[in-house]
Amino acid sequence: MQNSLILIVLLLLTALGYHFGRRRALHSVGGAQAIRRLHSLPSYYGLYVVLWAIIPALLVMLLWGLVQDTVLNELIISTLPTEMQSLPPERLGLVVNDIHNLAIGNITSETPSPAIEAAAAHLRSLQATADLARGLVVLAIALAGALFAWRAIAPAMRARNRVESILKGLMVASAMVAILTTIGIVLSVLFESLRFFQKVPVTDFLFGLQWSPQIAIRSDQVGASGAFGAIPLLVGTLLISFIALVVAVPIGLMSAIYLAEYAGPRLRAWAKPVLEVLAGIPTVVYGFFAALTVAPFIREMGESVGLDVSSESALAAGLVMGIMIIPFVSSLSDDVINAVPQSLRDAAYGLGATQSETIRQVILPAALPGIMGGVLLAASRAIGETMIVVMAAGLSANLTVNPLEAVTTVTVQIVTLLVGDQEFDSAKTLAAFALGLLLFLITLSLNIVALRIVRRYREQYD
Amino acid sequence: MSLIETTMVGEETAGETPAVSRPEQAMQEDLGADFQTVGEIRVDNPAISTTGVQVYYGDKHAIRNVSLDIGRNQVVAMIGPSGCGKSTYLRCLNRMNDTIESCRVEGEILLDGENIYDKAIDVVALRARVGMVFQKPNPFPKSIYDNIAYGPRIHGLAANRTELDEVVERSLKRAGLWEEVKDRLDAPGTGLSGGQQQRLCIARAIAVEPEVVLMDEPASALDPIATARIEELIDELRENYTIAIVTHSMQQAARVSQRTAYFHMGHLVEVGETTQIFTNPRHKLTEDYITGRFG
Repeated sequence: MQNSLILIVLLLLTALGYHFGRRRALHSVGGAQAIRRLHSLPSYYGLYVVLWAIIPALLVMLLWGLVQDTVLNELIISTLPTEMQSLPPERLGLVVNDIHNLAIGNITSETPSPAIEAAAAHLRSLQATADLARGLVVLAIALAGALFAWRAIAPAMRARNRVESILKGLMVASAMVAILTTIGIVLSVLFESLRFFQKVPVTDFLFGLQWSPQIAIRSDQVGASGAFGAIPLLVGTLLISFIALVVAVPIGLMSAIYLAEYAGPRLRAWAKPVLEVLAGIPTVVYGFFAALTVAPFIREMGESVGLDVSSESALAAGLVMGIMIIPFVSSLSDDVINAVPQSLRDAAYGLGATQSETIRQVILPAALPGIMGGVLLAASRAIGETMIVVMAAGLSANLTVNPLEAVTTVTVQIVTLLVGDQEFDSAKTLAAFALGLLLFLITLSLNIVALRIVRRYREQYD
Repeated sequence: MSLIETTMVGEETAGETPAVSRPEQAMQEDLGADFQTVGEIRVDNPAISTTGVQVYYGDKHAIRNVSLDIGRNQVVAMIGPSGCGKSTYLRCLNRMNDTIESCRVEGEILLDGENIYDKAIDVVALRARVGMVFQKPNPFPKSIYDNIAYGPRIHGLAANRTELDEVVERSLKRAGLWEEVKDRLDAPGTGLSGGQQQRLCIARAIAVEPEVVLMDEPASALDPIATARIEELIDELRENYTIAIVTHSMQQAARVSQRTAYFHMGHLVEVGETTQIFTNPRHKLTEDYITGRFG
C-alpha cells in the first residue's frame, strides 16, 4: 500500500476518532446539558482518541520503514546460489544493488545472470507483499489505539490531563531529535578524527608548523611527504577573525549605543531592522564582494604606497567578514544596553551627569558582560565562517601574521580536502574531520564562555 | 517612575467617565482653569519659588498653573491621589522632565532667584545643585565607595584621594549608613538591603553638596523599619538641605514635613503648615483626601 494512501486513511480515522470520542463522552453523561459532569471538555476526549490512533501507528510505520529493507535483503540473499552467498561483503553488496536496480527497472552494472533475474522477480513480489502488510498492520494499530482510547472514555476520566502529558511527551521527543542529532554529528566527527590520529600523531597535528596535506599514491612519488600541522591554519583563522572583530566591535558597539541612547523611536524602528539585514545577506555574496571588489581595491591601495599586497589577502577577507558580523555585535549590544534599567540612567542624570558621561560610566559598565557575550558570539561566527575566506583569503597555508599576505583558514582547508572525488580512508580526507573537531571545540568553548558571561550578567539585575 | 506617572496622568485626564459614588465624583470634579490655590503659597527667603507652572505631555495638561515656594531648610511634602501630578511637579524642579521627549514645561521656576528654565542655565550644573532620590533604590552596580564618589568625581569636587575619602565618609555618616558599611566600602552597592540601598542613594545625592534634595516616594519600596530610619534621616538632613518630598503616606507627610501641599488633577489645591493641613484643612478636597474618602 502506498504511503500517501496510508496517510489519507489515517487522517480519515483521526477525524472519525475525534467525532466518536466526543460523542461517547457526551453520551456518557447523557447529552450536552450535563456537560459539567464530565471531567474535561468533550473536545479533549476526542483529542485523546485521535492521539491514541495516530501516534502508535506512525511510530510503527517509521520502524517498519527502517527495518523492511534489511529484512528483505536478508531474504533475497538467502535465496541466492551458495557461491554468490559466499562472496566477500562488498561484492555481495554490489550484487544486492544490481538486484534492486533490476527490480525497479534501472540499469545494472553487468548483464544480469538468471539467478539475479530470478532474485529480482522474487524481490518485487516480496516488496509488494511487504508494502501491503505494512499498510494493514499500521491501520490495524491505528484502529486498535482508537478503540482502546474510545472504550476508556468515562465521565471521570481525566482526558485533559492525559492529553497534556501526551503533548508534553511529544515536545520532549522533538527536543530529543535535535539533541541526538548534535550528539550524532559530534560522535561521527570524533571517530573519524580518531582514525586520522592513528595515521598522524595528535602532537604533529596540533603543534606542526607545516600544512601540506599530500599523500603518496606510490612510495617513490615526488613530494610524497605529507605534513598535517594545523598551526598555520589556526593562525590564519585567528588573524582573519581578529581583523573582522577589529572592524565589527567598534562599529557595532557605537551603532548600538547610538540606536539605544540617541536615536529617536522612529529612526530606531527602521534602522535596527536594516542593520540586521546585513546578517541576512548570503555569505557567498559577501564572498564575491570581497574577492572582486575589496581585495583588488586593497591591492591597488597597497601598490600606490609601495606595499606588496597579494591579490588574495587576509585583510580583504577580514574586512568583509567584519562587515558581516556587525549586526551580531550591534543587535546584541543594543538589547543589552536597553536592558539596563532606566532607574540607573535617572540616577546618573539626577547627579548631574551628561548623557555621554552616563553612557560611558554607568550604562556601558553595567552592560559590559552582555556586550562581551555578544562579541564572543560574533567571534565564534567569524571563526566558523567559510564562504568569504574560500573566495577571498586564498589557499596557501602561510604561517604569517601579515594581513597583506594570503593565508588560509581551517574552514577553507576542510572544503578543499573534501571537494572532488576522495578516498575515504586516506589521511588527507580524514584530516578534514580532525580539523572539523578542532573548529568545533574552539567555537564550543567560545560559546560556553559567552553564555557564562551573559548568565552572570543576568543574575546581577533581576 | 517617570513613565508610570506619565501614563497615570494620561489615563486620568482622558478618563471622563461618569462618577459612580460620591467620593469618586469629588475626585473627578474639574476645578476649572481659574482655580486659585487655598493657603499661603509664599514663604520668606525660599530656596525654590515657582509661579504659574504648566506641564504638558503632548496634548495632556498634567500640571495646571501651580505656584508654590519651597522654604529653605524646610521639608515640604507633596501629597495627593495617584496621577495628581505631584511627581511631575517635583521632576520639574531639577528638569528631570527634560529626558521625556513629549514633555513641555511653562512658567517660572526660580532657584535662588534664578530661572532654571532659562536658556543660559546649564542643566548638568543645575542637577548638581538640586539632587534627587528616587522611588526605587537605584544604586549603580559599582562598589559602595564608587557609588558615593561618582557625583564628586564628575563634578571635580575632590582634589585628591584623601579629600574624596572624606567626602565619602561624611556623606555616608550624614545618611546614617557609615557604621553599617565602613568595613566593606569595596562591596557592591547592589548587595545591600533595600533600606540600606535607599540610604546609599541619599548619601550619593548629598555627596555633591546640593542645596535642595528632591525625594520621590523614597520609602514606598521599603519595610516599616527601614521607612522609619529614612524618615529620621530626612528630619536630620533638614539642617543642611532643603527637601521636597512626594509621598503617598499621609502619616509620613505629617511626621517629616513642616509644610504640606495637596495636589489634585494637576492643580495645587491647598498648601499650608503641615499641622494646619492635617488638623484643619480649608478646602473640601483636602479634607476628603486626608480623611480617607478617596485616594
